[in-house]
Amino acid sequence: MTRYAPGGPFDAEKAIPQEIKVKLESHFGLDRPLFDQYLLYLKNLLRGDLGPSFKYSGWEVSELIATAFPVSLTLGVLSLGIALFIGIPAGIMAALRKNTWLDYLPMSLSMAGICLPTFVLGPLLIYIFSTQLGLFPPLGWYGPSDWFLPSFTLGLFYAAYVARLTRAGMLETLQQDYVRTARAKGATPWRVVTRHALRGGLLPVVTYLGPAFAGLVSGSFVIESIFFIPGLGKFFVTAAFNRDYTMVLGTVLFYASLIILLNLLVDLLQAWIDPKARQTR
Amino acid sequence: MHSNSSSNKQTHLVGLIGLLCLAWLLQGCSQPSNVETALDKGILHFGLGAEPQHLDPHLATSVAAHNILSALLEGLVSEHPKTLKPVPGVAHRWEQSKDGKTYIFYLRKDAHWSNGDPLTAHDFVYSFRRILNPNLGAQYASMLHPLKNARLYHEGKKTWEEAKVGAVATDDYILEITLEHSIPYFLELLNHYSWFPVHRPTLEKFEAFEKMGTPWTKPGNFVGNGPFRLINHQINSVISVGKNEHYWDASSVQLKGIRFYPIEAVDTEERAYRAGFLHLTQSVSADRIDFLKEKYPKELHFEPYLGTYFYRFNLKSPPFDDLRVRQAFSLAINRQRLVDKVLKGGQSPANTFTPPGTGGFYPKPQFLYDPQKAKQLLDSYLSEKGLERLPPVELTYNTSEGHKKVAEALHGMWKEALGVEIRLLNMEWKVFLSTVSKGEFSLARAGWIGDYVDPHTFLHMWRSGEGLNMTGWANAPYDQALKLGETSNSEKERWENFQKCEDLLAMEFPVLPLYFYVHLTLRHPTVRGWHPTLLDHHPYKHVYLSKEESP
Amino acid sequence: MSLETSSSLGRDAWLRLRANRMSMISLFILIGIAFVSIFGPALSSYDYDQQNLDRVFESPGKDHIFGTDNLGRDLFARTTYGGRISLAVGLLATVVSLVIGVSYGMFSGYIGGRIDTWMMRAVDVLYALPFTIFVILLMVLFGRNFLLLFIAIGAVEWLTMARITRAQTMNLKKSEFIEAARALGYSHGRILFRHLLPNLIGPIIVYATLTVPAVMLLEAVLSFLGLGIQAPMSSWGSLIKEGAEKMDAAPWLLLFPGIFFCLSLFALNFLGDGLRDALDPKSSKD
Repeated sequence: MTRYAPGGPFDAEKAIPQEIKVKLESHFGLDRPLFDQYLLYLKNLLRGDLGPSFKYSGWEVSELIATAFPVSLTLGVLSLGIALFIGIPAGIMAALRKNTWLDYLPMSLSMAGICLPTFVLGPLLIYIFSTQLGLFPPLGWYGPSDWFLPSFTLGLFYAAYVARLTRAGMLETLQQDYVRTARAKGATPWRVVTRHALRGGLLPVVTYLGPAFAGLVSGSFVIESIFFIPGLGKFFVTAAFNRDYTMVLGTVLFYASLIILLNLLVDLLQAWIDPKARQTR
Repeated sequence: MHSNSSSNKQTHLVGLIGLLCLAWLLQGCSQPSNVETALDKGILHFGLGAEPQHLDPHLATSVAAHNILSALLEGLVSEHPKTLKPVPGVAHRWEQSKDGKTYIFYLRKDAHWSNGDPLTAHDFVYSFRRILNPNLGAQYASMLHPLKNARLYHEGKKTWEEAKVGAVATDDYILEITLEHSIPYFLELLNHYSWFPVHRPTLEKFEAFEKMGTPWTKPGNFVGNGPFRLINHQINSVISVGKNEHYWDASSVQLKGIRFYPIEAVDTEERAYRAGFLHLTQSVSADRIDFLKEKYPKELHFEPYLGTYFYRFNLKSPPFDDLRVRQAFSLAINRQRLVDKVLKGGQSPANTFTPPGTGGFYPKPQFLYDPQKAKQLLDSYLSEKGLERLPPVELTYNTSEGHKKVAEALHGMWKEALGVEIRLLNMEWKVFLSTVSKGEFSLARAGWIGDYVDPHTFLHMWRSGEGLNMTGWANAPYDQALKLGETSNSEKERWENFQKCEDLLAMEFPVLPLYFYVHLTLRHPTVRGWHPTLLDHHPYKHVYLSKEESP
Repeated sequence: MSLETSSSLGRDAWLRLRANRMSMISLFILIGIAFVSIFGPALSSYDYDQQNLDRVFESPGKDHIFGTDNLGRDLFARTTYGGRISLAVGLLATVVSLVIGVSYGMFSGYIGGRIDTWMMRAVDVLYALPFTIFVILLMVLFGRNFLLLFIAIGAVEWLTMARITRAQTMNLKKSEFIEAARALGYSHGRILFRHLLPNLIGPIIVYATLTVPAVMLLEAVLSFLGLGIQAPMSSWGSLIKEGAEKMDAAPWLLLFPGIFFCLSLFALNFLGDGLRDALDPKSSKD
């Protein structure tokens, strides 16, 4: 789908003479001992300077990340919203009506969602909603109308996971003693779910949310490539392929901080949801 | 994120539906596409294919960079929109000495930079000095080696003043250029971006004279002298240029601006074109040709493109250290079938290394198809080595659907004709480059697009010890013939020597030419003044948009 | 809570599983697909890499029951051959990730306290290593290797497994039955494997059935980036990817590998659900 070679078969097959390579390396400080490079990098890092990008000449890594992150954040939040709004109700319904068509149907659909990888679903949605119906633009990231197809493509995939995890978690908690007790006391099924079971039932989903959200907002290379979106995902992949060292370090650091932050949030959320986990703290 | 209260959920759901409706309304089915508004706005929407690494003409190395730089900058000469022959650019006329070694360029006095500064001969001298500066480390600096003594300076053996490099501004508007030896295609060479001028005050402001990666190429900083100026650059999204009112020929520039979109995925680019988002695509996927031929017969263009697709043999390790094996591998390929059945884009089979007709040179076709002879040659090699069959050979290529398809097809042809087993090995670009240049391959994919329209741009790669050679092949008669072909003033003598080079390639087989490139593109009928050219150069000042039917 | 021996636990589970019709159908479908994948290439009269440039993009017919691709290769041979690779990658990588992830998560959650915090921060750090860079590093350091692909994928997939197991362990740790086991003076090992693990099995199995497709898709994305299996070999992921590019011109290229892929996932899923119910110690009380 992507012609991966930068510039394709055309360029950069010019061999670089050795002396020029040496010059290039000294420009980026690659000729110094590794430890010196590391110290220098740390020093700059403290000033919030991630260094210049090798691949995008003239641009700073921090500047590139700062431009691309809002795009990925928007896409990530929208997709996650779609995933939760579809996934959680579907999962609850399936758990409550276990082994009926209300269970099989949403679970089959969710399996279908997992079967359809984004590189199949994306072009398919474009074909239906853009080429045939002309409702949404097929690519780009210029206005809210461009947000729909990519976030739906990504959201449906995650919705499938959320639905399955919700169902599993709900089944687990519905058998817990305190839920049984509540049921025995004659609480309505609605009340059993919302007051008692949901908190525990969503636990696996919440655990899953941290990494899923970090994955979503750090961009998806496939989605960005299909919809031509200037997000972060591309930087992760091309940085590694282009040996763009500063970009690799920059994206990794960014992603790491994001993940740690989100996991802390998830831990807090877990403690809040799960009374038992709260006691242990 | 705490949607664990179900009563809330319904309101959320309503909200979501509302949002969708809003998005739909904002889109408003009737919103006109880029291509529809382009006629009024005078904006050309251009599929760029890839994000250029550099917008600095002295550091750029890609086709994408060329497409942008030729809008932002102009060299001493410019290109005729159909033939690409040199026409007046910054220089309004020039004189050539009888021996072909000296050129005097007379610069027009109305040439300006995009900030209004006058453009003088000193700017060119400054620019040549910059790209040749050994501290800059420019990849394409060797393009300027024809300048007298340029190499001495570039290799750091002498300073600019000591070396007396053959580029002197004898007056603000007169530039005298002296060459090492006469070069028949020198003026064509000047249209390569490595010869373009840069704005001295801007570079000095950003201390960019001998430093790469400074922000002088960003919008707001960039000062150029071409028909357009840089307005906006969003990485991986768009590069916009608008008309430069200070350009000397601004009155004949018809477009008000160009937007370049670096869409890498071929399928996405095709969808963008079909949705009216682009006027032009950078490429077309081989597997889509049949479909597009049927749907867009008038918009799918097959244009000649000066380039050869080939494989390199590694002569330093078995089995390709033996001529018979190399020859057998070449003879076993049915190039016509490869072109007709696999590529389908109107490419032509490469029976020579230099594309026929390059600068008027037509080499004799010598890389032919003969499976029986191929088998005999391989068998004689095998029996001499006492082998039952050839050990599996590795074929290295850089990751891409197109290269994979060719490699798979050849895998099939070699298996059928020679019974040999080929192992395909794809690598990402940087790993591929370093693997091949270190000589750690048996058979490796390659492609070469001419930098100028002369056979020399192709044949010089196989000079002994040349960095591009990478096959380990060294041949003294070849080097000699190449030198004569490069410098001779007589066309007959030049073609004779280049033919000798071709003959040597076809006798020794360091290389396996496969096919000659074709530039495949989708182009909207409203784009005018756009002509197929060998180098895929399209001087933008001649391009315009018009609704009327083409004559 | 059950204190039965493990052998009878297994037998009970098998009996319960046999009673679940969907699971049994799924089991047979999986066995069928595995059978076709193992023996299909031998049954077909074409090799997976045998080309016929005169018969490209042929729709399904008598000679080629699944049709042919852009080089005239038989899609049935390629699909069944691809099945071997996809199933092998999916199952092996999942097993690797399960073994690492469950033991890590269970240990971390059971011990708790500061060790738990540090173990989880280590997981966070590993999460932060972008997958592609990790795989490229592996490929560059050790060269291309099929086995390495399993290790690479398994080594990444275990992280989520570890987090889920740990959360579940934390949750169960305070349950009455664990408290009781502890009060009875059982060793930690016995508590972990006899009491904790059977109660973890539900979410683990469900997540494992989600991991298998995720791994298969990951393999496709790797092929997409040129880091997966080498052409002309095929896998379901790479076939689906190629089919998706040509879906309007040659829909069968997407359809057949897609059907095989989805069918296996459906079957895995229902089998996973069935196993979950069958292995759940609590369900015996119902």
